Amino acid sequence: MKILNCPLNGPRNIQEFVWGGEVTEMPDPNRCTVAEWGDYVFLENNTRGVIREWWCHAATNYWFIAERDTSTDEILKTYPAGEVFTVRTDFEVPEEDSKG
Amino acid sequence: MTTSHRLPEPFGLYIDRSRTLGFDFEGRHYSGLAGDSLGSALAANGVKMVSRSFKYHRPRGFLTFAGLDCNSYVQFGDEPNVQADRLVLTDGLSASALNVSGSLENDRDAYLGHFSRFLPVGFYYKTFFRPKGAWAYWEKIIRRKAGLGNVDKKTPHGYYDKAYLFADVCVIGGGPAGLSAALEAGKTGAEVILIDEEARLGGSLNYAFGAGGQERASKLAAELAKFDNVTVLNPALCTGWFADNWLAVIQGNRLYKLRAKQVVLASGSVEQPMVFRNNDLPGVILGSAVQRMIRLYGVRPGSRAVVCTGNDHGYRVAQDLRDAGVEVVAITDLRNEEAKCVEAGALAAQGLRILSGHTVYEAIPERGKRGISGAVIDSITGEGEVSGSGETLACDLIVTSVGYAPLAQLMCHCGGRMKYSDALHAFELDERPKDAFFAGSVDNGFDLEAALAEGAQSGWSAAKTAGAKVGKEPAKPGAKGAEGINYPWPIFPHPEGKDFVDFDEDQTVKDVINAVADGFEDVELMKRYTTVGMGPSQGRNSALNSVRLTNKANGRGVSGSTTTTQRPPFKPESFGHLAGRSFDPERLTAMHHRHVEAGAQMMLAGAWYRPAYYGRKADRLACIEAEARNVRNNVGMIDVSTLGGLEVRGPDAAEFMNRMYTWAYKKQKVGRARYLLMSDQTGAVVDDGVACRFSEQEFYVTATTGGVDGVYRAMLRWNAEWRLKVDVANVTGAYAGFNIAGPNSRKVLEKLDCDMDLTAEGFPYMGVREGRIAGIPVRLLRVGFVGELGYEIHMPASCGEALWDLVMEAGAEFGIKPFGVEAQRLLRLEKGHIIIGQDTDGLTTPAEADMLWAVGKKKPFFIGKRSLDIMAEARPLERKLVGFTLPGDSPVPEECVLVIKGDRIVGRVTSAARSEACGGIVGMAYVAPEDAVPGKSFNIKLEDGAYIYATVASIPFYDPDGKRQEL
Repeated sequence: MKILNCPLNGPRNIQEFVWGGEVTEMPDPNRCTVAEWGDYVFLENNTRGVIREWWCHAATNYWFIAERDTSTDEILKTYPAGEVFTVRTDFEVPEEDSKG
Repeated sequence: MTTSHRLPEPFGLYIDRSRTLGFDFEGRHYSGLAGDSLGSALAANGVKMVSRSFKYHRPRGFLTFAGLDCNSYVQFGDEPNVQADRLVLTDGLSASALNVSGSLENDRDAYLGHFSRFLPVGFYYKTFFRPKGAWAYWEKIIRRKAGLGNVDKKTPHGYYDKAYLFADVCVIGGGPAGLSAALEAGKTGAEVILIDEEARLGGSLNYAFGAGGQERASKLAAELAKFDNVTVLNPALCTGWFADNWLAVIQGNRLYKLRAKQVVLASGSVEQPMVFRNNDLPGVILGSAVQRMIRLYGVRPGSRAVVCTGNDHGYRVAQDLRDAGVEVVAITDLRNEEAKCVEAGALAAQGLRILSGHTVYEAIPERGKRGISGAVIDSITGEGEVSGSGETLACDLIVTSVGYAPLAQLMCHCGGRMKYSDALHAFELDERPKDAFFAGSVDNGFDLEAALAEGAQSGWSAAKTAGAKVGKEPAKPGAKGAEGINYPWPIFPHPEGKDFVDFDEDQTVKDVINAVADGFEDVELMKRYTTVGMGPSQGRNSALNSVRLTNKANGRGVSGSTTTTQRPPFKPESFGHLAGRSFDPERLTAMHHRHVEAGAQMMLAGAWYRPAYYGRKADRLACIEAEARNVRNNVGMIDVSTLGGLEVRGPDAAEFMNRMYTWAYKKQKVGRARYLLMSDQTGAVVDDGVACRFSEQEFYVTATTGGVDGVYRAMLRWNAEWRLKVDVANVTGAYAGFNIAGPNSRKVLEKLDCDMDLTAEGFPYMGVREGRIAGIPVRLLRVGFVGELGYEIHMPASCGEALWDLVMEAGAEFGIKPFGVEAQRLLRLEKGHIIIGQDTDGLTTPAEADMLWAVGKKKPFFIGKRSLDIMAEARPLERKLVGFTLPGDSPVPEECVLVIKGDRIVGRVTSAARSEACGGIVGMAYVAPEDAVPGKSFNIKLEDGAYIYATVASIPFYDPDGKRQEL
């Protein structure tokens, strides 16, 4: 069993973690096309090489980001999500919709 | 019975001659000694044949004498496939042979050997395909004739358990290299675990190096015992090596899961058989096996031996045989040049016949083939070829010593690879896993002093890498002695066959060559086609020769070729080890014992136990009806502690709720509750509950019993991205809760010392309050699932039982009774309230569930919003959830029976029950959208295939205006 280094809890058996998928950017839900939204919701990039993934330490429910090489399954580094998501996300209703 | 083959002391390191043990094999009684294995005790009694082969039922005897082949598999009580050469002899032990019809001696299926041409290579493979039905015919016969041992289906599950171990350095193998590695690592103070399969440490020191070797083993073991930081696990077997040095180790009935910072693999090697005609008969045996017999168990392996060698080890073996009183008729040395080792010189000086450039070409079976009566020896004229003018030597033993294969299977489990080396004519470690060191013959180190030095250096380096404070680096090892060990081509095909490459699967040279001719050119393909290497020995004894043969036949050349993929386990593991003991987590609510005392039938909800109903199983329906009636007419109480509880707090709490749930929460008033519906990014409904706003910045959120962990996880996941000023805590276990419901519920609460205004005006429906009842801090929610005047009371779990008791006591005069989950399901169905996961599935949208009222239209975002918008625009609804009624004489449809329209399945029944309050059967089902109109009817196909007509009814069925809950 692999060991995953949790930024909060240190190295733990990977069995204690839950995989949360690749870190992708949500397209603006009020402005993107149907196809863009469909890609975001349903498609995985399935990249070969180093990708950023969401992982959650299940016992503490701590979410963080891991960089993993999908061809070797080697986990290169892990860090808090705040290193990637530095600013608050806000959503706004497009002009034409806000009237209705 | 005499034990005529037992040698005097000093032979027999393992045995205790003072303790005689009696045992039975194949119905015959024998005696052995304490310290014997079943195999050695049989050998001491002159028994050579211990099993018959899997396919042709050919007689088989000992091969490795180290538990590395399946020739010695026996049935031991209810345990099939036990290795006779590993099974520790006990008094009264009884075992029998495998693959035998009748008895081992007189096997009715021994004739199968004569039919080998009708079981051609790829037989199984071909019969899977054509003619159609052939496999169905053959399978029954094959399963009866083949198969290993018998499984006793009535065997009870024995006691097995699991444990976890941690080490700085784990050394696998307690031979010279492993002992020296453990010792050197131990000196640094590192936590060391040494694993060895033998009960006595020393490995080859105990059998291959005479009395001096045994002495060195004892010294090393004694020195090792001085270190408290070194733990020896033996006899124990490492069966798997997984990522990041996670090792599976089996000792007795226990499976250890061992995490090591560094691993030293010193697992040694396994001697490889020669290939010639009748090389599988009892009496044809490996040099290391006879050394084990002689030195470890004091057993004389035969009386007249021919030794066939391709290296200097064979001369040591010949010397050992002579020491044990075995007459060595001749040594055939496959090499053309004369051996230069000391032993060869000594043997030649004693007048022993040594023939260079000669091989054993064929073993001559004795009558009945239960052993051999001679060996045909011949001079070698080319690779695998002989002159044809051979000579027959009378003997009962052919001992071969032609090279080794590393026992590096474990290393291959975690990414390592073995590759054929032209220089060594052997497999060598190619890709090696990280955080690991290798020493001894597993890494083709055959020189004893070099192996000891290599072990020391590996142990030192492993400890250093693991972070231990190390002293001076041990001396560098000298030459490994890897060259000249493996003879390049110890394979002598015979025109009449029976030249076995794989003993487990009865595959011969011709089978391998034909497989390549049939187009299965790669070793991986050849393996699957011929089944070479697929038996219990997993190619340990066949990989080297089959790789040589395959790559010669396909013309690619053996250089650089790899073994087939090695997968765990290294040796078979029993299901008992994998199962171990089961520890299913259980969660009990604070009031659990009160339910049990009240006679509740408990049911599982996730890990929680909940009361299903109170009363005897025989009265199930009556109990449920009575509980429901008491709620409708009087007052009842249900434990809801298992419902999820989440605290959402912070300046952005309302904004966060707005994003996580479909409805709108920004304008929700403090002191009020609001329904919650959650969808996922695809728009599917995933959870529901209520949000209680206790202050501007504080929501107390309930979630379903099974859904709360996922909801909590999703909340944290999203806010890791959104960075809102909000904090979420899962307080499910911190609070106990129960719902008191029924027209008399307010009266019951009023009797208690309650500091909250309970009047309809002061505390209306959907109101939430914080206060105290009988001094216990509570959250009081005027919400309910069952549609009666009711209060949900949440209190610290530690006070749950006390408050439950107080309310029961106060309610006694009103006839209060607890009700279970089953009655609650009926009551909520009467009110048309859905249960997520029962009335919804993984694709249900809020529109399909007829819950668009709970979806905020003007919000800029919630999870699933865009998907729902797209679906609303792009396609019409495919199904809709409706309430329905059935005539009183109908059967109650099972959940999930289908709703049929014409020739289409349009939906399913999600809930249905006979309701006293509604005067008939009520239920919910998905129907075609055009039929989702009260009064329309639709078809339900019951489990028995009969159709019934249901009528769509508006919901709630009971108290449609909601007057009763708002009292």
